[in-house]
Amino acid sequence: MSYVAIADRDHEQEHHDPQTFITKYVWSQDHKVIAIQYGITAIFVGLIALGLSAIMRLQLGFPDQFTFINPENYYQFITMHGMIMVIYLLTALFLGGFGNYLIPLMIGSRDMVFPYLNMLSYWVYLLSVVILITSFFVPGGSTGAGWTLYPPQAIMPGTPGTDLGIILMLASLAVFIVAFTMGGLNYVTTVLQARCKGMTLMRMPLSVWGIFIATILGLLAFPALLVSAIMMLFDKTLMTSFFMPAISSMGVDPGYTGGSPILFQHLFWFFGHPEVYIVALPAFGIVSDLLSTHARKNIFGYRMMVWAIIAIGGLSFVVWAHHMYVSGMNPYFGFFFATTTLIIAVPTAIKVYNWVLTLWEGNIHLRVPMLFAIGFIFTFIHGGLTGLFLGNVTIDLPLSDTYFVVAHFHMVMGVSPVLVVFGAIYHWWPKITGKMYNETLGKWHFWMTFLGTYAIYLPMHYLGFAGVPRRYFSMGNTDFLPESAQDLNAAITMSALFVAATQILFFINMIWSLRKGPKSDPNPWDATTLEWQTPDHPPKHGNWGHDLPEVHRWAYDYSVPGYEDDFIPQNVPPDKAPAGRDHGGEH
Amino acid sequence: MPFAVVLILLVVGSILFHLLSPWTFTELASNWEMVDFTVDITLWVTGGVFVAVNLFMAYCVIKFRYRKGARATYEPENKKLESWLTWITAVGVAAMLTPGLVVWNQFVSVPEEAHVVEAVGQQWHWTYRYPGEDGKLGEVDSERISGKNPFGIDPEDPNGQDDVVVYNPQAHIPVDRPVKFLLRSKDVLHNFAVAEFRVKMDLVPGMNTFLWLTPTKTGRYDLLCEELCGIGHHTMRGAVVVEDKDDFDTWLAGQPTFSELMATPPGNAAIGSAQYVACASCHGSQGEGVVAMNAPKIAGQSAWYLKRQIQSYKTGLRGTHQDDNFGQQMIGMVATLADDAAIDNVVAHIRSFPDNAPQASIDGDLEHGEKLYRVCAYCHSADGMGRQALNAPRLAGMSDWYLARQLNYFRDGVRGAHQKDFYGFQMGLMGQSLHDEQAVNDIVAYINTL
Amino acid sequence: MTIALVFLAIILATLLGWLLKHTFNAAPWQMETVGDTAHHGPLGDDKSKLIALLTLLAVVSSFFALILSAYALRMDLGDWVPLTEPQLLWMNTAMLILASGVFQWTRNAAINKQHSRLLPGLLITGLLTLGFVLGQFVAWRQLQSSGQFITSNPSNAFFYFLTGAHAVHIIGGLIVWARATVKVILGKGDADGIRRSVELCTIYWHFLLIVWLVLFGLLLST
Repeated sequence: MSYVAIADRDHEQEHHDPQTFITKYVWSQDHKVIAIQYGITAIFVGLIALGLSAIMRLQLGFPDQFTFINPENYYQFITMHGMIMVIYLLTALFLGGFGNYLIPLMIGSRDMVFPYLNMLSYWVYLLSVVILITSFFVPGGSTGAGWTLYPPQAIMPGTPGTDLGIILMLASLAVFIVAFTMGGLNYVTTVLQARCKGMTLMRMPLSVWGIFIATILGLLAFPALLVSAIMMLFDKTLMTSFFMPAISSMGVDPGYTGGSPILFQHLFWFFGHPEVYIVALPAFGIVSDLLSTHARKNIFGYRMMVWAIIAIGGLSFVVWAHHMYVSGMNPYFGFFFATTTLIIAVPTAIKVYNWVLTLWEGNIHLRVPMLFAIGFIFTFIHGGLTGLFLGNVTIDLPLSDTYFVVAHFHMVMGVSPVLVVFGAIYHWWPKITGKMYNETLGKWHFWMTFLGTYAIYLPMHYLGFAGVPRRYFSMGNTDFLPESAQDLNAAITMSALFVAATQILFFINMIWSLRKGPKSDPNPWDATTLEWQTPDHPPKHGNWGHDLPEVHRWAYDYSVPGYEDDFIPQNVPPDKAPAGRDHGGEH
Repeated sequence: MPFAVVLILLVVGSILFHLLSPWTFTELASNWEMVDFTVDITLWVTGGVFVAVNLFMAYCVIKFRYRKGARATYEPENKKLESWLTWITAVGVAAMLTPGLVVWNQFVSVPEEAHVVEAVGQQWHWTYRYPGEDGKLGEVDSERISGKNPFGIDPEDPNGQDDVVVYNPQAHIPVDRPVKFLLRSKDVLHNFAVAEFRVKMDLVPGMNTFLWLTPTKTGRYDLLCEELCGIGHHTMRGAVVVEDKDDFDTWLAGQPTFSELMATPPGNAAIGSAQYVACASCHGSQGEGVVAMNAPKIAGQSAWYLKRQIQSYKTGLRGTHQDDNFGQQMIGMVATLADDAAIDNVVAHIRSFPDNAPQASIDGDLEHGEKLYRVCAYCHSADGMGRQALNAPRLAGMSDWYLARQLNYFRDGVRGAHQKDFYGFQMGLMGQSLHDEQAVNDIVAYINTL
Repeated sequence: MTIALVFLAIILATLLGWLLKHTFNAAPWQMETVGDTAHHGPLGDDKSKLIALLTLLAVVSSFFALILSAYALRMDLGDWVPLTEPQLLWMNTAMLILASGVFQWTRNAAINKQHSRLLPGLLITGLLTLGFVLGQFVAWRQLQSSGQFITSNPSNAFFYFLTGAHAVHIIGGLIVWARATVKVILGKGDADGIRRSVELCTIYWHFLLIVWLVLFGLLLST
């Protein structure tokens, strides 16, 4: 709290840098350390959620073969798996992790504008994680209401964890939202206020754009989750009737009157749909930078890419009810929301075209981060196109609440962003640690993850076509499903376990790299963006040594005609580069 | 190079999987072929984009792979190309959206001539109500819901008197006649979904929702709940039988109306005692159960459960499986009860017996049993006394050897196998998470302590 | 959800306008000399704090707009019985308006370096605001003693929820106010820092006053 990173620091100031282990790595206010803390915590809870998914896949693939799975903990596991993956892993990792690490470095700032608040944000996030994990161990266990937590079911007996579990879940969400708001205020203000000289908005790398717009979405959308969480807590503990209608639960009248479960769904999805883009936009941004760097070519249509991010962000607030076509809401809403939903496909498609066109006439290095980036394009195309089925209100009638939905959102919001996460870690690992990893092992990791996940989710769509409902502990015999559906489910489980197991390669690689990996070059990919131009490698506290960098060009000067190198870093002044730059008209 | 080849193989493989997959839409059994048509259009458009963009990407990866000395072109943007792509995308999107909106318009406009069937969801069962001759459904109110009046119909409302009430998860509808399903939930969200009909809708407590369709093919179709509704969600099954008008009318005429149900006199224990003589030879004179005769204790069991089981034996839902030897014996015995009134009478007589706990005969690991029983408690209640609203009978204080045998039957599919035995099917899905006989013994031993 | 949407439309339109202004005509790949976009002060300077505060206010507005959306949707369901608000709310409102006014006066004093006015200004504002919070609490008690509990009707539940949420935000502001006041009393902290705190607090107070007036108007009219 005592120190503020100063732009024009002198020597005296540097003595104020944290010295002890505790201030350096635990109560650190350095955005890079906080980013790593966020990252490690998020990946840790993500591994728990991965373990939960392995357990439920075992049940689905081989029903009733394992003694440790019963309907009660199955529903608890699917709930926690979804909630952790969406909120505590992806949101925290993209914004708290990558946002924290990349924003100050990419825009040429010494730190976030409010380092203390930034530190607080992490510790409050950690508190929310602790509350979440505590809920596994309270009497009755964690909530089994599904990650959407729809009332009345979420707080009525008949669902696992309706005593303490649901209360802790809602409390943990509220705490998470506080943590996110602290971080979000920081990211927004930093982007607006702490850009170095010459860094106009349109010179920012797309990673920053993605994270910036995602943060704004989060700041405006998370309050909806907070409101619904508080109101549900009231319904649960004080017996108000915000969401609770008059019902007869298990033959008993619990005493509620007149509330509307659909009101909760509106609030939840008012948050829930932008949440999809809170995860997707940073991934869009990061993948653009990976593609451009490793294809040695400027991102195609940069302006279109920026506007597409903004347009998607804006539109994401008017599509929420496409999650509710068959919820019993006024069916006439379907016309409006189907139209807005399909309109959002246009800017999204433009992004895909521009990624692919970035590869066109590039000079493509298929390094590990690039493999993940291209893998992302493939899975995102697949997941995006299946979204056109579900977004179209008519097709949602047969497919809603089936495995098709599960396959779609895992493809678009699970596999795709996770591929970007891995790509980004492989890409920035040398900068974060100063070490290189094993390229071959990284490639193996890619192949197994990419092919394995496709083997999980492609067939799952077809189970959805056939009508297999989601969130079923077991199917039993039905008239409409062929026997072979169970065999397919078993195959999917095998793929899922395979993918889960292969993630060990990633951790082996990273641990090996930390202990024995060769030192990396300060700019191993010949990238243009500022984070690769730091005076120290890896960057030290304060990032820029004595002088802040000065930016003279956009982030994508790759293979500029007339220059010998195929990249010009953003901070290279025009007169320092050899003459002959003949593009762009004015000079 | 290998990367591009894999991308191409993935595209080809996806197409092959699509063409060869035996897992696809069920055969349509309703008027909603337009839904399938919209799906087809969307499959063509999206499939085309999927193939085109990915093959183009694979081509780029091959053609422009890194070569020493090669250099990428520098092209910040190409407005013409970008606007072309935007327009083509917009046209594709419109092609998919238009049929979608047209069909949705049909879905929200219910034809005037549609007849009404009310489907009522509750944890974890389906029941139905037909409006009767006046074509109107009576008012309902969740406060009126009770064992005697499970639908909560207002007894004062004249419209409700002739409502046909079906307390059974199987509905019947006539073929080729538009039907509007009015959907109502007693407790939490549910969803009415029949794969062959293509349409589905949530049931929301506190309000009425609907969907409509015209069934075009006779047959029996599985009805599933597709909105998570608690721990028994996956066991909430039903069926819709589509049949010819005559069959439907016959079936409907055989179902009780609300006023008939309310007017049913309570069973007469005195008359029932005469008929109980036949039962007493095995179940004992006080219904206390006789192990040697393989006859369980029936004294103290809930009336509604006894009645349903006797009916199940009579209609062949129970005791027809070849491995259920003792159940087969019951079929002959219940034949002596001529009608529902006779059943009510004998049940009333059984209800008059003293309820003494039988001798425990099964040992097991109580701690393990308690853990396992947590799942059972959701329906059968923590004290094992059962809950009528969940169709879950009393377990505590009954014959433990019989309980263990039935649990094993459920696990092995001996009981609950009949197509119409929905409650048994449900218990089968739950019972299968008990992994061996030891688990059954543990749970029964724990129930003995309740 | 119309209220939330209208609110969001306003925020997003502002944002979009601002973004378009900065991005529409830019062709960033062209080498053009860029005006000085640099940030010269230390991290977390006055302007940053102002921007962070305004962002926070957008978040809080979103929070209240969503509750109001829920209010409007819930009101249309059958069981809504309008609540008769305690007359005390009028007095509370007057106190909050006064508090806001005095804060403005204090802010002007701080900017004009009239240090002698600082402490009385801060104290009066604080007392008035505390009075408001206590007044709200008393209003709750009045409702309860007349049998209007949180479960009595959804209109009651919303009344308690809205006033409670608003009071929590006021209390959050009071914590910042207390820090500034203690500094003034102890004579610690530089005049600049105190002026900044007072300026930001004033904006926050005005904002919460507006929120309260909207809430109060809505409560009265329904």
